[in-house]
Amino acid sequence: MITTTGQASTIEPMSLAEIAREHGDENVASRESVFQVRDLAVSYSGNTAIREVGLDVLKNAITAFIGPSGCGKSTLIRCFNRMNDLVPGAKVDGEVLYHGKDLYAADVDPVEVRRRIGMVFQKPNPFPKSIYDNVAFGPRVLAMKDDLSERVEGALQQAALWDEVKDRLKESALGLSGGQQQRLCIARCLAVEPDVILMDEPASALDPISTTRIEDLMHELKRQYTIVIVTHNMQQAARVADMTAFFSVDVAPDGGRRTGILVEYDKTAKIFTTPADKRTEDYVTGRFG
Amino acid sequence: MSRGLKGGVFKGLLFLSLLVGFLMLAALLVDVFQDGLPYLDLTLLTNPPSSDPKIAGARPAILATIYIGVLLLLFVVPIGVGTAVYLEEYADKRRWYNKLLEINIQNLAAVPSIVYGILGLAFLVRGIGLGRVLLAGAMILTLLVLPTVIIAAREAIRSVPDSIRQGGYALGATQWQVVSRQVLPAAIPGIATGSILALSRAIGETAPLIMIGAVTYISFDPTILGPFTALPIQIYSFLRLPQEEFKLLAAASIIVLLAILLTLNAFAIFIRNRYRRTW
Repeated sequence: MITTTGQASTIEPMSLAEIAREHGDENVASRESVFQVRDLAVSYSGNTAIREVGLDVLKNAITAFIGPSGCGKSTLIRCFNRMNDLVPGAKVDGEVLYHGKDLYAADVDPVEVRRRIGMVFQKPNPFPKSIYDNVAFGPRVLAMKDDLSERVEGALQQAALWDEVKDRLKESALGLSGGQQQRLCIARCLAVEPDVILMDEPASALDPISTTRIEDLMHELKRQYTIVIVTHNMQQAARVADMTAFFSVDVAPDGGRRTGILVEYDKTAKIFTTPADKRTEDYVTGRFG
Repeated sequence: MSRGLKGGVFKGLLFLSLLVGFLMLAALLVDVFQDGLPYLDLTLLTNPPSSDPKIAGARPAILATIYIGVLLLLFVVPIGVGTAVYLEEYADKRRWYNKLLEINIQNLAAVPSIVYGILGLAFLVRGIGLGRVLLAGAMILTLLVLPTVIIAAREAIRSVPDSIRQGGYALGATQWQVVSRQVLPAAIPGIATGSILALSRAIGETAPLIMIGAVTYISFDPTILGPFTALPIQIYSFLRLPQEEFKLLAAASIIVLLAILLTLNAFAIFIRNRYRRTW
């Protein structure tokens, strides 16, 4: 018994730096930019949530936003598909270019934006409909009605859910497990053939096995899609992301107003091994946050 | 020991308060059925009122109540749900006119029904010259229960989680698509329940109908644009007649009224369950 315990202890958890070195894509920086964020600031009813953000999101890469609560990373990701428009009092300043075109230009229809830029939310939010109708919802509202069943099957296969649900497509999506529901939400998003997938803490409500499946899926999906993920879990960022942005909270000198700021944005391996900023180092080594 | 005793006493008191409502209802039902059951026959359903209790029925009143109920639903559901959708999904709640609308609707729900009767008399019967007709009755009852329907529909719409709306928007759906394909279907059980409760209240109303001139004695089948009576008014007019048999006839009519209301409620429950199943 003692021997067994001894053997088990040789399996040391990998450090974030090791995980990051194993995963990230070295040549990622040469990719073209999908989003170019320039001097972005977002405020809700006059309170600035995040400011002075500038970064490029690269094509066919996974970009992770990490940082402590309240650093504005969810606010930022919601700028990419103009979900902040739905919040009364939200105001976006600065520029978000999508393939060179300003997403916030007066002639841009936010509904059009959301067709191309899909989103998966923190808590799985399947519609109270059948599994099939969940995936078919997007194509139906966008009038992509040709070969709807094939489209639904394709999306479910891409989301690695088809084998589990193919015999119960007519059953309610609410009967699926949490992890299955989240993959259904990914399938729902894939069914409208987006260009980018935004994921706002997609695995934070899931168990470790479901989380692993979602992460594996992300590695598969990045061949075809550009992915941006917000995560609280640094291991997750190290495992999946090619690029990582670290955000922090800037407290006003008088100790009052707290605003999110971008501290550092670089290749994931760099962020987790040799970050340029002291604050990043403190955060990724667990000394802060 | 003493804590256990307190708990027991409290439970007993709770049960007693439950018993009050239950016994009242039971007493009412027993009394009405004892009096009315012998008179509850086809004559009541198929014959018009008469001075002879043996052949008197409530057919015109029953029909009118059904007509009013159907018209009321046709009017009140679209207007009520439309208002609720506007207030919940489209209105910017920071605007003064939307705040004013909200307060207005809440106050309307508290206006006594006789006031609606006066309004109906002034604006519908005389103002636009509709006359003392069934349609005017249905319209005034619509106004009466509209706030109830709006409030119930708003509750139902508000109870649809925001994550559903966000999921819809994130797929590129327009606001109308999100509302019509996600929010409203998910809100139907609540809307149906609220509408049926409003209908029940309207069908039991007497005051506004008397105010706009529903007649107490009518011996022919009602039409939408003709003079009318309604079941509660018929019951009242039976009770005013001197012969003892008419009081029993009134009890039988009450059973009919209860049966109509219970059927409606059953229908509402059916709709609610059906939509739950397909989720």
